[in-house]
Amino acid sequence: MRTSWFSKTLLGLVTLGTLVFFYVPLFVVARLSFTEKKSVAWPAEGWTLQWWREAWQDDGPREALWRSVTVATWATVIALILGSLAAFALQRYTFFGRNAISFVLVLPIALPGIVTGIALQNTFTKEVDLGLFSFEVGLGFHSLVMAHATFCVVIAYNNVIARLRRSSPNLLEASADLGATGFQTFRHVTFPLVRSALLAGGILAFALSFDEIVVTTFTSGSGYLTLPQWIYANFARPQSPAVINVVATFVMVVSIPLAYLAQRLSDGGADSR
Amino acid sequence: MTTAERVGRASGPSQPFRNLNRFFRRHPRAGLFSLLTPPVAWLLFVYLASLAMLVVAALYTLDPDSQKPTSDLTTANITDALGDINVWSLFGKTVLTAVSVTLICALVALPTCFFIAKIAPRWVRRGLLVSMLLPLWAGYMVKAYAWRAMVSPAGNRFAAAGRGGGGFLQSVLGWTPGYGRTAVVIALVYLWLPYMILPIYAGLDRLPTSLLDAAGDLGARPWRTFRSVILPLLLPSVAAGSIFTFSLTLGDYILPRLLVDGKERVMFGELINATLGGPNLPLAAAYTLFPLVMIVLYLLAMKRAGAFDNL
Repeated sequence: MRTSWFSKTLLGLVTLGTLVFFYVPLFVVARLSFTEKKSVAWPAEGWTLQWWREAWQDDGPREALWRSVTVATWATVIALILGSLAAFALQRYTFFGRNAISFVLVLPIALPGIVTGIALQNTFTKEVDLGLFSFEVGLGFHSLVMAHATFCVVIAYNNVIARLRRSSPNLLEASADLGATGFQTFRHVTFPLVRSALLAGGILAFALSFDEIVVTTFTSGSGYLTLPQWIYANFARPQSPAVINVVATFVMVVSIPLAYLAQRLSDGGADSR
Repeated sequence: MTTAERVGRASGPSQPFRNLNRFFRRHPRAGLFSLLTPPVAWLLFVYLASLAMLVVAALYTLDPDSQKPTSDLTTANITDALGDINVWSLFGKTVLTAVSVTLICALVALPTCFFIAKIAPRWVRRGLLVSMLLPLWAGYMVKAYAWRAMVSPAGNRFAAAGRGGGGFLQSVLGWTPGYGRTAVVIALVYLWLPYMILPIYAGLDRLPTSLLDAAGDLGARPWRTFRSVILPLLLPSVAAGSIFTFSLTLGDYILPRLLVDGKERVMFGELINATLGGPNLPLAAAYTLFPLVMIVLYLLAMKRAGAFDNL
């Protein structure tokens, strides 16, 4: 395509600008976690590991981190199961209400978190009477997992159905022609096909759950703070900027390589179809 | 017995599996049913039921003595909410914020993605795309917090713990929007831009370069090519991205607490949250109907624009 060097340069500069825009704030926080002053003023002064030590010795962030990991793990497992079931159903069959289901799957992530959050909080704190027995989910670990699983389903679903759409139906026919039963086909053909999509979807769902704060605030109750909630609860304290810088940097350092891995995995399937 | 069946039997699964397999082959709908029941039941009983109960909660009456919702149904909450000019004004401002964030994201994403997909040499393409998407996973609170540090004006208590000196923008650019709506918009663009970049890049990647060459051969200047060829073909991708930028912005109420200093409410979610903490669940539920209706209408419109196939 003929594009003048002028517009090429211009577009290149815009791209460079976008990259700078993306990375400068992350860099600033990372640098501030090593500053000697207890402040976010720029330029940062000196280098110290003091805040990293303090954050490490502080129980608050460590417990919150552990809670976040537990919730995200369970939510991811549930979301993967539900999401891939839905993906298989919607890919293989045409039926009445198919469009409605694909719409409802997107809804939990598309609706503002505050709507989902209040709706779920309202349900979880209600006594549900089923005639034979009644129960209340209550707020805490269980409600958090349920809420997170609900909006993570669509991530698993999207990853799996995209892979199914790209893989050739001939493979399944070939497998059946060679005498494989449905289960054998699943074990030897379908599952290996979607395996990396499941892993990628799982990582993305985990990250989404780990990161979520709005629905979390409404469904966690008062005693069960996740890591984002811990940051939110602490940012206003004058003593804490330094420690929050550390926690924020730690989250970046852990989650960015994971995201990169997810990216590689979900692309990997495109070549090996 | 066919060869295939014999082979299958030789190394095949055990009898119960075989029976199940035969059952599903004879009744394909049973397969659909067993696949679909768990996810649909979950969405129905956990999610849609909760949304329905939220709408019902908007009809409850608040008992003036105990401050708890009672199940006497009334439309007063909804009519109160609809009749309140301040509510409409705040909602209007919030929608305007969501529209601006979406437009800015599209304006930044279009040239950036065009460069990555069509101009950058092939070997840097992947690296560029990945580096645009990685910040997505740095964490919402991390990024919100980062912007609180970035825009901090000189002399702010938070910035310098009482010792003067501004945040990064103030010190390096000599300018900062300070805490307020502008800071909120910048941070929202920062947060949601990857959601716009991903579908637009995918759309541009699918767009054959020959189309652009053809437009050029027919004498179209770059701007004309963009307007008449690229933009119409990219519209579903932009729509897909806008679902995230628009609806995530519409519901946000956390950022204003970090990035606005005054008591003035900037986003509609703050009003909902404050009302819920009132505690006035019925009125808060009535307020949630504003974004709820807005987003459902928006999603339906975007579905028509083909956005769902580009998510």
